[in-house]
Amino acid sequence: MSDSIGTPVIKKDHCDKISGRALYTDDWPMDGVLYGRILRSKKARARIVDIHLPPLPEGCYIIDRNDVPGVNRVHIVKDDCPVFADDTVEYIGEAILMVAGPDKKETGRIRDSIEVEYEELEPVLDVLKSEECFFEYGCSRGDLDAELERADFVYEEQFRSGSQEQAYLEVQGMEGMWQDGITSVRGSMQCPYYVHRALAGVMAVDEDHVRVLGEVTGGGFGGKEDYPSILAAQVAVAAKKTGKPVRCVFERREDIECTSKRHPSLYNIKAAVRDGRVTALDVDIVLDAGAYTTLSAVVLQRAVIAAEGIYNIPVLKVRGRAMKTNTVPNGAFRGFGGPQSFYALELLFDHIAQKLGRDSLEFRLEHCAQKGDPTSTGGIFHFDVPIPEMVEELSKLCGYGEKHKKYAAEQSGRYRRGIGMSLFYHGAGFTGAGERDMIKAVLRLKKNRDDNVEILSANMDIGQGLTTTFAKIAARELGLPLDRVTVADPDTSFVPDSGPTVASRSIMVVGELIRRAAARLKEQWVSGEECIVEERFREPDFVLPFDPERFEGDAYPTFSWGVQAVELETDTLTGYTRILGAWGDYDIGTVIDENIARGQMEGGFLQGISYASMEQIPADKSGRIRNSSFSDYLIPTAADIPVLETIFHPVEYSDGPYGAKGAGELPTAGGAPAWLMAMQQIVCRELNCIPFTTEDTLRTLGEVSE
Amino acid sequence: MIEFVLNGEKVSWEGPDTERLLDVLREDFRLTGVKCGCKEGECGACSVIFDGELANSCLIPMAKADGAEIMTIEGLRELDCFRVLDRAFAEPAAVQCGFCTPGMVLAAYSLLKKNPHPDENEIRDGLSGNLCRCTGYRAIVEAVKLAAKEGGKW
Ligand code: FES
Ligand code: FES
Repeated sequence: MSDSIGTPVIKKDHCDKISGRALYTDDWPMDGVLYGRILRSKKARARIVDIHLPPLPEGCYIIDRNDVPGVNRVHIVKDDCPVFADDTVEYIGEAILMVAGPDKKETGRIRDSIEVEYEELEPVLDVLKSEECFFEYGCSRGDLDAELERADFVYEEQFRSGSQEQAYLEVQGMEGMWQDGITSVRGSMQCPYYVHRALAGVMAVDEDHVRVLGEVTGGGFGGKEDYPSILAAQVAVAAKKTGKPVRCVFERREDIECTSKRHPSLYNIKAAVRDGRVTALDVDIVLDAGAYTTLSAVVLQRAVIAAEGIYNIPVLKVRGRAMKTNTVPNGAFRGFGGPQSFYALELLFDHIAQKLGRDSLEFRLEHCAQKGDPTSTGGIFHFDVPIPEMVEELSKLCGYGEKHKKYAAEQSGRYRRGIGMSLFYHGAGFTGAGERDMIKAVLRLKKNRDDNVEILSANMDIGQGLTTTFAKIAARELGLPLDRVTVADPDTSFVPDSGPTVASRSIMVVGELIRRAAARLKEQWVSGEECIVEERFREPDFVLPFDPERFEGDAYPTFSWGVQAVELETDTLTGYTRILGAWGDYDIGTVIDENIARGQMEGGFLQGISYASMEQIPADKSGRIRNSSFSDYLIPTAADIPVLETIFHPVEYSDGPYGAKGAGELPTAGGAPAWLMAMQQIVCRELNCIPFTTEDTLRTLGEVSE
Repeated sequence: MIEFVLNGEKVSWEGPDTERLLDVLREDFRLTGVKCGCKEGECGACSVIFDGELANSCLIPMAKADGAEIMTIEGLRELDCFRVLDRAFAEPAAVQCGFCTPGMVLAAYSLLKKNPHPDENEIRDGLSGNLCRCTGYRAIVEAVKLAAKEGGKW
């Protein structure tokens, strides 16, 4: 074994998955299990006047709000959407009731024959017409009015971004059971204890009477952070009513139509420019939250915090609001508000540079924050900001300088090229005081009599490789071979609450608890004896404690940094754009496994690129999503991209395991701005709207040539 | 009665002609390595080898299966050449959440059977009917290259 922890190993879940033996939620036998099918609202906003049920065959059940033993609200951040609709529905796709029965097709037929009488109400489909603000956050420094007054000029621009579907390959699925007063649920999810807590409220039992088991999960990307709590509540209520296990696995269309997505955004930004520098930023953010609050509060916080980009601007004012609309609720998607902000800020700085006749990259680097500078929330960048070195490394790798200059010169002919580079970060760990005040992670290591060690944590391997990386950390600290350490099934009846699998926190926060627990276990090690060691989260000493009321302090202890470049070629006749190259340089601290980390960077980068270029969710006038299948909601295939090149620039973090920081979300933040900047060179126009599709390309090329 | 060869064994099945092969394989034959990602022929998670060709089992009605020869991941994993694919996918960590993987491995097998030495573009084309949301595809393409280099009795 090589000395570096980053040296790749064969992933612990490799064999089960490649051989088709791994059992995902819907792969378990259906013996005695009822199928649950959900009847959903066809109206964006309406009062339910009446529901006409067909006669039910023996063994079939209808489950609705009257069957909910506790509160008919699923707790996410707040007590949120109803388990089953009360008197009104707030979006197309909202659950009204469930039909459960022993035959899949018949259950579906019964569901489809139910008639709902609605009294339609005027829905709010345009976020700008919304008058209901779910959340508002802001931060500021300095005297904005004075700085706008002193400026040589004030630059103003609006940036828009659209929605994005997580499109995990395994749809949402959950099975509930009710036996002897205990509610058990197992399924596809990121956060067993979020589900656990939500179930206690819905079933009106204490937490000892709930058990949640996270199954092998086929991708999440944030999409299985909030929604599984809702589906779990529905199958749990159904299981109690029917006295039988009830499984509900979505159809792809159902999944796209009714589960939470990335928040569409609108940024209005004013920038004061004086003596060739940006001296003040006034950023107004509106996020379209959809019909319920889900995780909008925390997504908005991240968007607000990242609204200064990677820059340090003397005067800053950010105001962000998450507004209600009668559309599918938006929630967590890899990056969590960050991608919207970095896209807007990178393009803003690029456009100001153009206006000043400056080189974009040089201009941006001049404003880059440095170690010791204040963060947007009055915290401090405690560690080195390696962006300048990373820009140099990546430029060398992809030939950015020459290409950028070459493509800036006028291009004629059918094919045109462009290249763009983005600079971004991801605040590692839960936002604000979340780790300290809300999550309070607990982790256990259990040494068995055979001297093998189990990691007891509630974090889910959703493809990002935790069963391997967690085990690598413990094995290394204990000096054991990797096959002697395993990660226990995430079952809330015997793993402690190490927190949710979100916010790029698992390696940095939980991984460090594993390392510390392993160090203690090593000290106490007695061969042949059982031993359990527990570790709890402690805020690092250097952190300026975050005050949630004032929205002030260190929102994150540290940051992961990224630089990405994208090179494009467009066929001006068809508008079709080909990616010639995509390169990324990342500081995620020490890399725990080079293959796994690289896989994370590549997958996230591609999601960022397609966010900018092809993924969109148009709705018709009634608010119905028009493209709810993979035939019209397009995601990239192997043929759509060339090799994604990845390099690492590790800056070790004092409080992460072996110096590791957050990784999973970082790469998703830079794809859109890099792609759009490359596109700007092709269409010779400043762009401020994503997605920018093939049709947009053709239209813009036409306009420019006129 | 519909009869076909499934993973090398003669089997028979009774039911409506219009049933999807995907559902029959998963539910009646309990071959759950065949995954369902869309049921509309768009994702490739349900890939099988059908009379020697890669096919989406969600688009095949049972009537068409009569007399056919079908192989799923459960059959492929018993062949010698699976070991080559297994190692090749393991090395660059081409498996993340794993949901696309059985289909992807069958697509790789089908490609290599027809073209044991594909170039980068041929690999990308050969895999383009199989969606993967996790990887960015680089590691999967690399796995196929490794498998081609190692060679096998495809
Ligand atoms: S399930 Fe058959 S192609 Fe998606
Ligand atoms: S590994 Fe998750 S979809 Fe391919």
